[in-house]
Amino acid sequence: MSAGSRLLFDEPGPRARRRTRVATLVSALALLALAALAVRQFAANGQLDAARWQPYATWPMWRYLLGGLWSTFLAAVVSAALAMAGGLLLALGRVSHRPALRWAAGTYVEVVRTVPALLLVYVVLFGLPRYGLDLPLFWKLVVPLSVSNAAAFAEIFRAGIRSVDRGQTEAGLAVGLTRGQAMRLIVLPQAARRVLPSIVSQSVGLLKDTSLGYVVSYAELLYSGRVLANYNHLLIQTYIVVALVYLVVNASLSKLARGLEARQAGAARRAATGDAGRPAPPAAPEAALHA
Amino acid sequence: MDALLGNLPALWEGLLTTLRLTLLAFAGASVAGVLVATARVSPVPVLRAAGTVYVETLQNIPLLVLLILAVFGLPEIGVRAGLFTTAVVVIALYQAAYVAEALRSGINAVPAGQGEAARALGLGFAGSLRHVVLPQALATVVQPLGTVFIMLTMNTSLAAAVGVVELTAAANRVNLVEARPIPIFVGAGLAYMLLSSLVGLATGVLQRRLAVPR
Repeated sequence: MSAGSRLLFDEPGPRARRRTRVATLVSALALLALAALAVRQFAANGQLDAARWQPYATWPMWRYLLGGLWSTFLAAVVSAALAMAGGLLLALGRVSHRPALRWAAGTYVEVVRTVPALLLVYVVLFGLPRYGLDLPLFWKLVVPLSVSNAAAFAEIFRAGIRSVDRGQTEAGLAVGLTRGQAMRLIVLPQAARRVLPSIVSQSVGLLKDTSLGYVVSYAELLYSGRVLANYNHLLIQTYIVVALVYLVVNASLSKLARGLEARQAGAARRAATGDAGRPAPPAAPEAALHA
Repeated sequence: MDALLGNLPALWEGLLTTLRLTLLAFAGASVAGVLVATARVSPVPVLRAAGTVYVETLQNIPLLVLLILAVFGLPEIGVRAGLFTTAVVVIALYQAAYVAEALRSGINAVPAGQGEAARALGLGFAGSLRHVVLPQALATVVQPLGTVFIMLTMNTSLAAAVGVVELTAAANRVNLVEARPIPIFVGAGLAYMLLSSLVGLATGVLQRRLAVPR
């Protein structure tokens, strides 16, 4: 933020400060007007009546929604575990010295990354039963999510492996480790630390993807909201509450990711200034990860 | 194969809807994204806060929830718009948060000394932005923006879940009639791959065009 401000503006003088104050006032008024318009629209259609919100102050409603949230977590954790395992194998395939493996893993990643998750869900939902493979509801959601997120995790892991200096592998080989050992004992532990923030933010994406349970009729948070809205006819209220629950959960996870990233940027800076007293290249591994 | 060829008109119609959704949402997301990014780097605290809240909110709520809230919720507060229009607006607003983040990180990647040097040479705000900051920011931002637009293309499929008959929904309908999942879904998947490889290609060309030798 401060870097951006220094890039575009100098320290403001008295006239610039006055202009900023005017702009603050104008934009605050505009935002307030927008909010007032929304409130008026809600009120005019009777959506602000206490009776329509009161159910969400009672425990049974929340118990039902929290049950849905629990299923969301369950689906997200199982998909994340499967997708990460698959992603690690794919990443190892992509950096392998066997061309066939490299090609196969590369094709999987390129193909799956460009097919929508919903299309995969439809394949599992309506395609596979034709061939006698009718999975339980939970797996109808988890399998397509794992398949599509494995490609994303593979790219994250690959970037992590690439960000470890080649000299590390070479040193490992020089002291007599095999390629597999050098990867497992030297490269992967360093890569794992670096990709942690990206993994957390990808997991937020995965958690958002579990809302496809709405299509599968697996009773995660969004589908629970749908059931609840059909039952109590409080459509807007229910979906707003559902959206807020997603917001709180995902915002906390995103905050965790940013915290991890800041900690690593700090560690990288300390390491770089420690060894030669040179100014640190700003967060080089993260830049490589997000490329 | 017959299942695919016999239903080509329906699938083609779906592909066209996907294309329209993608292009319109693409345009909307670019405009809204630039506005949000501007708000986030502006010197006005209220706008900066509003931009941050916007990005945080939209990035942390699943697109499907937003689509459902807009499609089924807005009529209840007296806002009526067509299904397709609603889908375009929601997808555009959702992706705008990602566009804004990509742009902001691009602007922040330009070293502060560049702006200071531009001002020291006597360039004004617009001049330093146009000649010094933006050319460098754009070059670093092409790749992330390309990723966001591929994501947008994939995300238009979620409109199927609220009833827009785009490519995914069309493939699903054809499959329910024909019961030949493999050719139909593979065909749809290929169409999506083609779309995103076009975006990828355009990104590559743009990146070479805009590359700034340093």
